Formats: sequence, C-alpha cells, structure tokens
Amino acid sequence: MTVTEATAAASVVQAKGLGLTFRTNDGPVQALTDVNLTIGKGEFVSFIGPSGCGKTTFLRVIADLEKPTEGTISVNGLSPEQAREKRAYGYVFQAAALFPWRTIAKNIALPLEIMGVPDTERKGRIERVMELVNLTGFENKYPWQLSGGMQQRASIARALAFDADLLLMDEPFGALDEIVRDHLNKQLLELWARTNKTICFVTHSIPEAVYLSTRIVVMSPRPGRVTDVIESTLPRERPLDIRESPEFLAIAHRVRDGLHAGHSYED
Amino acid sequence: MNRALENVVPVLTILAGLVVAWYVAAVLLNAPFQRDLDRRAGETPGTMEFIGKTLSQPKPTMPAPHQVAQNFFENTFLRKVTSNRSLVYNAWVTLSSTLLGFAFGTALGILIAVGVVHLTALDRSLMPWIIASQTIPILAIAPMVIVVFAAIGITGLIPKSLISTYLSFFPVAVGMVKGLRSPEIMHLDLMHTYNASSSQVFWKLRVPASVPYLFASMKVAVAASLVGAIVAELPTGAVAGIGAKLLSASYYSQTIDMWSALVAGSIVAALLVTVVGIAGRMVERSMGARPA
Amino acid sequence: MRWFTLSWQAVAAIMLCVLAGFLGPMTQAESDALANPTATFAYPFLNSKSLIFDLILGAAAVSMLRIPRLAAAAALAIGAHVAAWMLLTGIAGFEGTALASYYIILAAAWLLAWRCVTVLSTFKPASRVASVALRLVIPLIFGIWILIIWEAIVRGAGIPFILLPPPSVIGVTIANSIPTLAADVNQTIFKSVVAGYVIGCGCGFLTAILADRVSFLRRGLLPIGNMVSALPIIGVAPIMVMWFGFDWQSKAAVVAIMTFFPMLVNTVAGLAEAGHMERDLMRTYASNYTQTLIKLRLPAAAPFIFNALKINSTLALIGAIVAEFFGTPTVGMGFRISTAVGRMDIDMVWAEIAVAALVGSVFYGLIALAERAATFWHPSVRGG
Repeated sequence: MTVTEATAAASVVQAKGLGLTFRTNDGPVQALTDVNLTIGKGEFVSFIGPSGCGKTTFLRVIADLEKPTEGTISVNGLSPEQAREKRAYGYVFQAAALFPWRTIAKNIALPLEIMGVPDTERKGRIERVMELVNLTGFENKYPWQLSGGMQQRASIARALAFDADLLLMDEPFGALDEIVRDHLNKQLLELWARTNKTICFVTHSIPEAVYLSTRIVVMSPRPGRVTDVIESTLPRERPLDIRESPEFLAIAHRVRDGLHAGHSYED
Repeated sequence: MNRALENVVPVLTILAGLVVAWYVAAVLLNAPFQRDLDRRAGETPGTMEFIGKTLSQPKPTMPAPHQVAQNFFENTFLRKVTSNRSLVYNAWVTLSSTLLGFAFGTALGILIAVGVVHLTALDRSLMPWIIASQTIPILAIAPMVIVVFAAIGITGLIPKSLISTYLSFFPVAVGMVKGLRSPEIMHLDLMHTYNASSSQVFWKLRVPASVPYLFASMKVAVAASLVGAIVAELPTGAVAGIGAKLLSASYYSQTIDMWSALVAGSIVAALLVTVVGIAGRMVERSMGARPA
Repeated sequence: MRWFTLSWQAVAAIMLCVLAGFLGPMTQAESDALANPTATFAYPFLNSKSLIFDLILGAAAVSMLRIPRLAAAAALAIGAHVAAWMLLTGIAGFEGTALASYYIILAAAWLLAWRCVTVLSTFKPASRVASVALRLVIPLIFGIWILIIWEAIVRGAGIPFILLPPPSVIGVTIANSIPTLAADVNQTIFKSVVAGYVIGCGCGFLTAILADRVSFLRRGLLPIGNMVSALPIIGVAPIMVMWFGFDWQSKAAVVAIMTFFPMLVNTVAGLAEAGHMERDLMRTYASNYTQTLIKLRLPAAAPFIFNALKINSTLALIGAIVAEFFGTPTVGMGFRISTAVGRMDIDMVWAEIAVAALVGSVFYGLIALAERAATFWHPSVRGG
C-alpha cells in the first residue's frame, strides 16, 4: 500500500483538482473549480459562502447526485457512485422531504426497507434514532402534524437510521426561525459527540458555521471555489453562550473577512 | 430546432406505427370475409393478391387507411359544399349547433360561477349539485330533449345546441369558480387595505386571476359541446350532421363512410380546441403573461 | 335592543302573501265556486287555504324574531315545506287550473326556503358530525325545491305528462318497473361499464408505467393522448358494435377506449409529480427503479390517478349508454331510453335517467371514498 492510498483510506472525503461545469442554455457555468480538500474521520466541516459559490454542488458531488467534470474525488476510498451503492452516507436536505403518506416511524423505516434491513431489526433502530433526536412519542404522527423543527429532526433521524458514518447536511436549518435553529444546533452537536460521525454541513450563517464546526471551508462564487479553510480553536464541548466569547468572535471575524475577500474583486 | 425535433420524432414514429398496425389489423379483420368470397367464387389467389383484395373491399370490417383517406378526400373536396353527402356540409351543421351551444354554455357557466363566488347560500346549496351532476350521464337525456322539443314543434338547431349548452356549462362553471377563488389571501388582504369595493376586487383581481382557468375549462367545454352536438344527432333521424352521417352509415354498414365521418369529427374537435387554445394564449399574452 | 331582525326574503314572502290574498282565488275551480256561491262542488285548497297563508306568514314572522338561529331555521324549514306539501297535494287532480295566486304563494314558500338555507349557511358547527350533516342538509333542501317547483309548475300549469312528467309520476314509474330497471342496470352497469372500466383504466395505467420507463414512448404518446382526449371518441360506438356484436362486449370496448386516454395522461402527469428532493433522497439510498416507483412515485401520483378514475366513472356510463343507441339485445339502459323515447313513454325515460344518476353518483361516491382513504395526506383532503 502506497502512502497516498493509505491517507485516502483514512480520510473520509478526498477531493483533488475537482471541477464541475454545467452546460446551460446561456453557455457553460463553472459551479466548481480546482477544489482540493481532505476531510478526516470524526470531523465536523462547514461549507459557507454566498449563493452560487458551489457549496451545495460540492455536497451533491460527494453524494453522487452530480458528476464532476474534472479532477477526482473519493468517499471512504471509493468512487462516490460505489460509496452511494454501499449506502456510505446519510443526506439531509434543505427541507425535511418526509413522505406525507407515511407516519414519522414509517418515514424513518423507508431507507431500512429499501436497504433490506430485516423487520425484526427495524423497530429497535427506529426507537434508537427517534430518541437521539428527541422525538420519542411521535412515532405514529404524520409529518404535516408536526412543526417545521420537528420535521427536520425526523429527517435527521431518517439519515441516521442506517448507521452511515458520514452525514451530509445541506442547509438543514435554513428554513427555520432562529430560536428553533439555536436549539437544533445544540442538539446536533450533542448528537455528533455521542455518535462520532463525520459531518459535512452547508450553511450561509456565520455564527452557525463557527458554533458547529471543527473546520470551516469558505467558498466564493463565479467560478465556485474554496478561498479559505479555517481550523476552529474552540473546544469540542460548546455551550450556547460560547458564542459571546472573544475566541468565537475572532473566528467569526476571520470567516467574514474570507467571505469579503472572495467578493472584493468581483464587485 | 433540436428541441422541436426531439418532440416531433417520437410523435411521428408512433403515428407511423399506428398506421402500420392499422393496415395489419385491416388485413387480419377482413381476411375471413375475403376467404369466404374467394371460396364461393372458386378462386385461389396468391398471398399478395389476397392482401390486396382485403384492403379494397367495398364494405370492409376494417377499412384500410387509404380507403378512409380517399373517401374523406372525395367527400370533402370533390363534392359541392351544398350536397348532403359533403362532409364539409355535415361538419358545418354539427359545428353551428356546437358553437351556439358552446357560446350559451360558456355565458351560463360564467354567470353561475360569479353567483357562487359572491353568494354563500348559493355556494353551499348549488355547488354540490353542480359537482354531483358531473357524475350523471347527461348525454342520456339527449334523445329525450330532442323528442320533447320536436313534440312542441321546435326542431333543428335549438334543441341540439341546448344539449351542447348543457354539456359545456359544467366545466366552465367549475373552472371559473376555481379561477375566481384563485387569488391568494395576501392579494385579497391587499385589496382590503385599499378599502376596495367588492366590484373593484372582482374586476381588478378576481377576473384577471381567473383568465387562465377560464380558457383551460373552455377547451374542455368546447370538446364536450361537440360530443353533445354529435350525440344529439343520433336518435332523431336528423338528416344532416356528423352524428347523422355516423348513424346512417352504421345502418347500411358503410364502414368507410363511418370512418371518414369519424375523421371529420376529430378534425373539427382538434380545430376547435386549437382555436380556443390560441385565443387563450393571445388573451393571456395581452395581459402580460410570460409566453410559454 | 331590537327584538327582531329584518330579512328581505321573509319580508318579501309576507308581501307576496298579502298580494295573493288581495288577488283572491288560487285556482280556476275556486274562482268558479266563488262566482257561483249556491253550488257546492269541491275545489282545491277548500279547507287548507288559510292554513297555508298562516304557515307562511307565521314562519316568516317567527324567523325575524331574535331567537336562536337554529330555531329560526327550523321554523322556516317547517313553514316552507309544509306549505309546499299542502300546495302540491291540493293541486293534484286539478291540473292546469292554477291562477296567479298559486304561483305567488309558491314563490313565497320558496323564499322562506331560501332564507332557511341562508341562515343554515352561516352556521359554523364545532362538532364534526354536525358539520357533515349541515353539508348534506343545505344541498338537500336545494334539491328538494327543484323537485317541488317542477312538480308544482307541471301540475299547476297542466303541462301534459307526456312531455314532462312530474317527479311523483316518475317515482311511481320507478317503483312499478323495478324488475325491468334492475335488468337494465345489470346489463349496462355490471356487464358493460365494469368490464370496460377495468380494462380501460388498467391498460391506461400499465401503458403509463411503460411510457414512464421509455422516454421515447412518453414523448410520442403524451401529445397524442392529450389530443385524443378532446376527440369525440364516442363515435367509435357503431364500429365497436359491428366488430363485437350487439351484446355487452361491444359496449365494454367503447368504455375501454374512452377511459384509456384520461388514465394514461393523468398517470403520466402524476408520475412526474414527485419532487426533486424526494427523488434525490431515493437516489442517496441507491434505491432501484421499482422501489422508487412503489415507495415514492406511485403514492405521489395517487391524487392524479384518482382524478382519472373519477373522470372515467362518468365517461364510462355515458359510453355504455350511448353505445346502446347503436344496437343491443332487448335489455340495457340505453336501449330502454331509445325505445321509450320512440314510444313517447317519457316516464320510463326519466325513470332510467334517475336510476342512471343514482348509479353514477354511487359509483363516483365509492371512488371518492377510496380516494379519501388513499390520499388522506394530501392537502386538498386533509383540509390544509
């Protein structure tokens, strides 16, 4: 085994020279150019940037929902397609995307049914993940009977149900109000600490990115690219009021500078 | 250009497939009778000759496409328009009662919709019946309406177009109610903040919002109207019209005539729906809708 | 505080009563009797006239008092309907003798019924049962009044029953010819319609699935299907009769052709309904075509499929009945209608139409119930 293969195996996501160009009626659009990034096991990486910077596209490339046009990417040492077929990751979308004709428990059972998890095992798993996201007691409710925050928690439970080590989250709390979002951020950190999963998290909120992440990837549009990668110096244990600490504000400041730098020669 | 080709090619392919299937079906369906004829005449034609014969019977079980096309062409373009065998004449008879019925039906439908939207009592009492009446095979009344009107001395255009009216006002009423109710709460609230009168709300908000719904339901209504006119011609021994043509052809087993009448009806239907569609698009564009 | 509330319907009803009283006799017979006081012959409303007036005036007055709305509605309902009942029973046997007062009183009773519906429409009952009951009662009153006015005018104006029989006569005809009607329903509905409907909808559905898998087929079939939906397909009836004979098979064929295209077009549209996000979700699970179809796209298409089933329920009935105009064995609803029209046996035609309406509504109602059960989650059903 060569050295590069060894690092590729230890890292969960590894992108080299990654690029993606969409062909549209108005000509080609460079959604991503030359992205080089390695995400290690157990990291919490946030992607932040204005709309059109390719943060969601990058997540979709990892998930094999888009095919890159340049460069290489590996997920768990495999190609994204192989990783998807091995059900290597759970994906949480901007909206909960729960099926309205299924109860919450049935929604969480959906991936298990598709992946052929035996009936006997399903019940235990559903109970466990519903407890993880604090939804115990809502098993037999339908999605439309729940609040937006609860729906999004159920969709996180659904992504956790099949025990993938990697969690891809695309602005999962973007549509929620700030009070609910704070609450869910805290819960997500607790969940991460308990499960030791690798999380890729797309957001356009600076405080959210700084509060949650071990590493923050700052991106910028036209063409979509990575402009800065910031290592967080915050401890793993983070109460909500850490957001008023000087350390937190310093990181937030760096992120903001990075975002402005990305913009400066554009406008 | 490429886009258009992408859509046209499959349609043409499937149409071509249908024509081929039609020929095959014509040969297969006409073969037993032709075999019978040949046996009686003591002939033993070769395969190709036999197939040729099955496709040129005077009263085939299934006429071949070219027979229908030829008959249609003769009866449309070669006959005098005043001749009662002319398809143009027959189509015109049906079309005139269709259009009259459609005009009345649309007006009636809009009127009912306006009433239903503005009067709660009418909404709660009449609307369920409008919806329930969709479940009733109204066409079954057609022969009786014609006969009853004939008994009191009214014949011709009016009773036929009455059936068309009956069939076409339901879709318009239902579509228009939906359309007049389509403005969002926010827009209605906005009008409320202007202290707009209910007639102002109606003309400035509800009517423009309902236009797409109106034309969508008019397309359904005009097709229903034509069906009504055709069926109305069936039971009465009406002398002219596509329905009368169908019935007399079926009495005398003139299958080719039957098929070409059917083709004529389909062309009229397609034309009517297209005209309504174009009118709708023009109105919507003049109101500033995005061209589709 | 005022102890009454005016309503224009009640006031108008009272004024109409006064007008009718002023005009005098309600029928020609009554007018003859008044002109000839020594003769003693029976005439309509001999004993009931004042009672009818009292009922209408009383109900109108009571409804305007400040009493609970339910009590007002009840008073109006009783006043209007008992008065109407007395008008109808009174005129029976004296058809065609009604004078202006008769119609004025009828109009007054109708106004009370209108007021009753208006009052009922303002109710917002809290309990589910009550609101369902209200949703049924309001249109029921409307329907009853169509029948009342029909009956009253046909009898009052003396329209020959052979042209337009009153509802009561149609009811008697239905009751007297139940075996015939049952045989017709059996032939037309349980043989032609059901067979054709199942075949047509089934084929339409399967073709839609096929078209969904093969995009070439979809792009070709969809414009054709949309166009065919507008064509007078019913015209194929004589051809089908020629091919499949006079019995139910030919009608089933017509029904199958008529129901095929709406099902095809709606199902294809429904299969496109599942959202992008939901499809991406299924893709992240590496779900195969069948799994995505069964777990996501068919449930999402259910409202469209049920819409087609509902449209088709009407089309199927029309198709079967009209196809029978072109030839049947001597049984079937379309056959009965066309022969009854030929013999000017209009009662029987109306009886068949009433039965067809009933069967059509039941058919539609069953599908609507199935729809509510299957698409309970859809905003239009759960009332979101």
